[in-house]
Amino acid sequence: MTALLEVKDLVVAYGKIVAVKGISFIVGEGEVVTLIGTNGAGKTTTLRTISGLLRPAGGSVLYRGEDISATPAHQIVGLGLAHSPEGRRIFPRMSVEENLLLGAYGRRDNDIDRDLKAAYELFPILGERSRQHAGTFSGGEQQMLAMGRAMMSRPKLLMLDEPSMGLSPLMMKRIMSTVTTLREQGTTILLVEQNARAALKIADKGYVLEVGQIVTEGTGQELLHSDEVRKAYLGED
Amino acid sequence: MDQFLQQLVNGLTIGSLYALIAVGYTVVYGIVQLINFAHGEIFMIGAFGALSTYLILFQGQTSLWVLPFLVLGAMAASVGVAVLTERVAYRPLRGAGRLAPLITAIGISVFLQEFVRLFYDKVPGLDFPSAKQKIPFPQIEVVTGPAIELGPVTIQRAAVFTIGCLIMCGAALWWFINRTRTGRGMQAVSQDPDTAKLMGINVDRVIVVAFAVGAALAAIAGVAQGLLNTNINFKMGFIAGLKAFTAAVLGGIGNVWGAILGGLVLGVLETLAVQFLPGGSPWKDVWAFALLILVLVFRPQGLLGAKVVDRA
Repeated sequence: MTALLEVKDLVVAYGKIVAVKGISFIVGEGEVVTLIGTNGAGKTTTLRTISGLLRPAGGSVLYRGEDISATPAHQIVGLGLAHSPEGRRIFPRMSVEENLLLGAYGRRDNDIDRDLKAAYELFPILGERSRQHAGTFSGGEQQMLAMGRAMMSRPKLLMLDEPSMGLSPLMMKRIMSTVTTLREQGTTILLVEQNARAALKIADKGYVLEVGQIVTEGTGQELLHSDEVRKAYLGED
Repeated sequence: MDQFLQQLVNGLTIGSLYALIAVGYTVVYGIVQLINFAHGEIFMIGAFGALSTYLILFQGQTSLWVLPFLVLGAMAASVGVAVLTERVAYRPLRGAGRLAPLITAIGISVFLQEFVRLFYDKVPGLDFPSAKQKIPFPQIEVVTGPAIELGPVTIQRAAVFTIGCLIMCGAALWWFINRTRTGRGMQAVSQDPDTAKLMGINVDRVIVVAFAVGAALAAIAGVAQGLLNTNINFKMGFIAGLKAFTAAVLGGIGNVWGAILGGLVLGVLETLAVQFLPGGSPWKDVWAFALLILVLVFRPQGLLGAKVVDRA
């Protein structure tokens, strides 16, 4: 296994408040890796730093061995690193198709139409409503759009921030099975979730974050069955 | 009734000028939430850019073919200055809150006025007139000259040019925003700048484009104003800029189509008020700014609502 993404001793601060306190983890090519933890653990901050929206106060982010922690955000997606942000953040006053095309904004090749079709195959509802304004969509539909949009950049590594947030159990299952499908198609996935059980079930590896630090790590199965994790994150006694 | 029609035409003419300038306020606001109070001066600089082009290259010419070159000269001057101010004055203040850029904009406005007033006739190697007085604007065949009589209504040729420019610019703007990659990028930045970055959109570049687009339209307005008024001066951007800002707020600041609608509505209302309300033309600006206050009190989101650089 080769490391696609390696985060080393990452420190991120908002002014004087240190949100991420020196975490390290590795995402290998072809894996599904999950970061779990409660609100405020630093999961979203970590993803936003990897994609260049925040600058680290210390440590490094290596993508295919190269440090990208000083690379501007708009150049990072071009390297093959797509980020589907927390709260979907679709462009509400644009159509589904325009949203998807924005996902391919940096591409100059001729396969964009083909990938558009692929996105509609992955999520047929998007194809049925391609002209509709995305702001009128339900949470689950917006999540599909956000994932489809991220896939339009043809990423090697897809980062998903809380894709299950606010979704019905049925829709959540649908989203998680899509994550598995994308992985089978060759996309490496870094998944941030509060829903630890759903994430660990499909993950090769998991890291547990607590107030900016990694407290436990292991394979998905190990963490699912670890007493500590079961108590703190799976709501079991 | 004839009076009304005549004033309606006059109002649409001045309203077209306001609309062309107002787009610049609204596009920049939609992208960076900055009221660029120096934008009126960008309009003034457009007029001087056209004049300078004329004085250097076409002195004495009155043929219509000169006009496109005047427009290009105006655009080059306006876009150049707008992009330069963005680069040296606004960009370093990004992330500094809203007050610092706003005060900077007012400073740039004063700076540009004084610069033109003091230095226009001191450009080395060129024999430009002093801008301390009004300067006659070149009169071009077809677009100036005898007015057109249309039944009871008299229409200045320059008025036809002005309204025609607004229609063409509106269409070009629609195409640019909705049909080009950069235009879609602008919409994305105005709706959600951080997510736009995740799409690979260079936000700094989009901001420059927003300043440039606004400046190009203001430049065209500068030429139109020169033709309508037959002369230009260094102060012409001040009141015109405030009126255009009023128009942008009236239509819904951040909304391109609102700015165009707001400009036309403001122009027509102001002209009709002068005709039909007591006080006459000295009260023109009173009515315009009274309207601004009323809008801010009763419908602060403007006629079309602040939907940000966006389709109506």
